[in-house]
Amino acid sequence: MNVFICGATSTIAIHVARLYAMKKSKLFLVGRKQEKLDAIQKDLLVRGADKVSIFCMDLVDKSKIPELLDLVQKEMSFIDVMLVAQGELGDQKVDESNLDRFAQILENNFVSPGLLLTAFAPLFEKQQGGSLAAITSVAADRGRQSNYHYGSAKAGLSAFLSGLRNRMHAHHVQVTELKLGFVDTAMTTQFKKGFMWAKPESIAKKTVSAIQKKRNTVYLPWFWRWIMLIIKSIPECIFKRMRL
Amino acid sequence: MKYPSWGLYPTVQNEQVCDISKDVFKKSISSFLPRGNGLSYGDICLNDGGTLGLTRFMDHFIGFDRENGVLECEAGLSFDQILKFIVPHGWFLPVLPGTKYVTLGGAIANDVHGKNHHLRGTIGCHILSLKILRSDGQILACSKSENTNLFSATVAGMGLTGLILSAKVKLSPIASSYIDQEQIVFRSMQEFLDLSKESAEAFEYTAAWVDSMSGNTQRGIFIRGNHSTIKKDLAPHSDGGKFRVPLYCPNWLLNSYSVRAFNFAYFHKNIFNNMKSCAHYDPFITPLDNVLNWNKIYGRRGFLQYQFVVPLTDSGIEATNEIFRIFKKYQLGSFLSVLKVFGNIVSPGMMSFPMPGLTVALDIPFLGDQMFAAMKVMDQVVSQAGGRIYPAKDARMSTEGFQSFFSKLDEFRTYVDPLFSSNFRRRVGI
Repeated sequence: MNVFICGATSTIAIHVARLYAMKKSKLFLVGRKQEKLDAIQKDLLVRGADKVSIFCMDLVDKSKIPELLDLVQKEMSFIDVMLVAQGELGDQKVDESNLDRFAQILENNFVSPGLLLTAFAPLFEKQQGGSLAAITSVAADRGRQSNYHYGSAKAGLSAFLSGLRNRMHAHHVQVTELKLGFVDTAMTTQFKKGFMWAKPESIAKKTVSAIQKKRNTVYLPWFWRWIMLIIKSIPECIFKRMRL
Repeated sequence: MKYPSWGLYPTVQNEQVCDISKDVFKKSISSFLPRGNGLSYGDICLNDGGTLGLTRFMDHFIGFDRENGVLECEAGLSFDQILKFIVPHGWFLPVLPGTKYVTLGGAIANDVHGKNHHLRGTIGCHILSLKILRSDGQILACSKSENTNLFSATVAGMGLTGLILSAKVKLSPIASSYIDQEQIVFRSMQEFLDLSKESAEAFEYTAAWVDSMSGNTQRGIFIRGNHSTIKKDLAPHSDGGKFRVPLYCPNWLLNSYSVRAFNFAYFHKNIFNNMKSCAHYDPFITPLDNVLNWNKIYGRRGFLQYQFVVPLTDSGIEATNEIFRIFKKYQLGSFLSVLKVFGNIVSPGMMSFPMPGLTVALDIPFLGDQMFAAMKVMDQVVSQAGGRIYPAKDARMSTEGFQSFFSKLDEFRTYVDPLFSSNFRRRVGI
């Protein structure tokens, strides 16, 4: 299998890459930090990957995308899976009035994934097959006062994926949206963990399974679908008074 | 507490946590302690008022020589993760303690031993090299031939000499992940010692569960085993089907009466069984891993563990019997008491716990002051017999006690990183 992962140094992406490596896949990884990519490359090769190529770039830097397209096509004549995993939770409590930080949250969570998917979509159209996948969040389902910067960026990505799925259907390309709840990763170290927190290893397993089963939208873990259904159905005149 | 120790005692009020990164020491922190999976019992993995550096994302493999069984990997990987990877290739960890969930870094920092100490020594004996990050930013490679003193200080160094980034481990070849095992009942210390002696050469793994409440003689069940020559299967352990203790049990559940009753029932259930069978390494070597969060059975107060070693001399054996007598006198109820004879293989760690002799590990539910008084008396018995106590299990030994148990303490101090500290370090005056 040929697997292309953006945001490859994120915790969930690492665990997904490991699962594909154990299946002797060929991997192409893109991330911001060279040293981390080097360590991940060595790790995946030990675990059984057929080949691991890495490319270090700032994922919001549009100018590097043509070079990336070129390199990926050189390594992989057919991309089976493209996973877009970068994101940044931020801290809205601290940065609520910080204009630069707000712009960064939008860039890291919406613009960057959107740019990469836009750039690679024509390739997938030409392939007439393969799977695109991206990680969003349950926070996308409804903006709430404590994290709507992050939530709205993910909501944007969610709508983007829906449109992309619509476009790609005619080209036999699957688009899977992975809506994650609370996951214990590098992004959430400072949170107190309770029984609703999922481990990245189990999320990675379910991610690989969802892509393989060509699911459209999955909530991970499953119970978030029902929690968000309830949250979404609260009338706005009540919701606006709540302090979730 | 977000990050307690396994014994859930002592509690800490104020602990910062961070994930390890290259510039972790550039932040302003008063003191630092690497934290693996926190399976040490006492306060050796606690740093009240300081920072815990979580090693959980240091989980990359670096290289694997499949022919010669040499694995190089980051120190945040647990033995559980390592075994899942190496076992199908016909390799095993040369030393496994009572749980697979220890991280490699934690295992080296406590220089863990297992049921095969009599043949293989501690994990430190199988570490070919280490890479350590000191607070001044230096990354130092050390081994038995390079930076040897730092290597010797770091093995069993309690996480105080620097952050272990990665290690190279020499693995043991296996033809099977199953163990041909035997269980033999014994009814006295002498019977146990005879069984240990008789099993030492022919059996890879030996240990005994002992009923510490049974009075003047020690009765128990001796277990011994080898990797199977009959069932040649290299399946690693799986995660499924484990029982998890969902909540803290009430504090009154384990008391000297309920424990005595449990021990009686457990011993007599096995009384007619000089059993031979074949079991996977998972329930044989690490049976407690099948009951996740078993520490919660002891309730919110937690429990203490007391593990000591004494030389295998008449005075050492008498000291052990005396400790069991003290146990009964103070009505301490331990139902997970393990007995083993250590071998002669010397660890490279200057603060390593094992010595040739007899080791006993006792879990003690939290009973209050009588418990601490009893343990003070037990310390003196151990000290007079020329033995010592295991820091990885300790939550209360005195400064004088610790300093008398470890003769190389002064030399060790010179390798302690000035920014690294723990509750244990401050308590015993390292």
